[in-house]
Amino acid sequence: MAEEGQEHPISTYLWVWLLLFVLSAFSYAVDYIGFQGFTRWSLVLLFMFLKAYFICAVFMHMVWERMALVLGLFIPTFAIIVFIGIMGFESDYTQLSRKVFFDTGKPPTVYAVPHANSHSKDHSGEEAH
Amino acid sequence: MTTTSKVPLREGMEGFVSDWASDQRAFKGVPWGKAMMWIFLLSDTFIFSIFLISYMTARWSTVEPWPNTSEVFALTVNGVSVPLLLIAIMTFILITSSGTMAMAVRSGYQKKRKQAAILLYLTAILGLSFVGMQAFEWTKLIEEGIRPWENPFGARQFGSIFFMVTGFHGFHVSVGVIFLFITARKVLRGDYDTGRRGFFTWQKGRYEIIETMGLYWHFVDLVWVFIFAFFYLW
Repeated sequence: MAEEGQEHPISTYLWVWLLLFVLSAFSYAVDYIGFQGFTRWSLVLLFMFLKAYFICAVFMHMVWERMALVLGLFIPTFAIIVFIGIMGFESDYTQLSRKVFFDTGKPPTVYAVPHANSHSKDHSGEEAH
Repeated sequence: MTTTSKVPLREGMEGFVSDWASDQRAFKGVPWGKAMMWIFLLSDTFIFSIFLISYMTARWSTVEPWPNTSEVFALTVNGVSVPLLLIAIMTFILITSSGTMAMAVRSGYQKKRKQAAILLYLTAILGLSFVGMQAFEWTKLIEEGIRPWENPFGARQFGSIFFMVTGFHGFHVSVGVIFLFITARKVLRGDYDTGRRGFFTWQKGRYEIIETMGLYWHFVDLVWVFIFAFFYLW
């Protein structure tokens, strides 16, 4: 077990390194292919947690540490999940009250589309200044 | 430093209970510097979580549409708009630097002084290029009119969340780069072999310091994984 220092075969690091590259490529592909809705966020979350696990487990040597350290660091993060739940609930009714009480009845604001024929937009921007 | 207990340490969940209930140090076999770095990283986890949770709250509670990050962060290469190109390159650079960092820790424990130093310098330079690309990204977005209080593409909170979250992460990377250069120089000079005292703490360092440095650096990469998923891909 962890005795004042961590030494592991180089192949372990190289495999995890490669795996992280592949997982990053996958999560980028989710955006590149243009998945939407449930497929999108479930894949994004899956690749995110896998990457986070491998960085923690191997690069940060978590799998070789004693349970006292692993759980001492892992258990407190559950407070974050509780907080996410609280704020999720909070944002839900904030949006509801905004819709109910602050709806002006005007048509919704039309926003610019990023990089839509960027050349002409750049020039008009300069003239305005 | 090493506490050799007469009773053999237990493993697994029994070890967890007996270590914490031992009325001694809870993190057995872990150098104090490393334990303290872990505790700092846990507190940093909470800070970044709070940032990301405030982002979630802003995004879920706004009645305005959220800007399409895939389009906002697109780069035009040879007239073709590639979504999130710069962010993808930054992600790969940070992962590469995490790999070289892990190698540096290994070389350090094997007392391969020069190899460890070269890998640490390489990690620092990769980190520096990450910060450079982030500066480029910020400049580009500011030119396009994204401000902490407004932007042309949708909900106002987008700008404030973007600058706050990536700015705080970029600050972490920058601090990491500075400490990587310091550690690399110390390793190359052989400070951890000769027992030369540090300029600030006046303590003798050991090769474990590379592992502690590595924990911080991997954490920065870890945070980027979450920012990439929640802010750029969501």
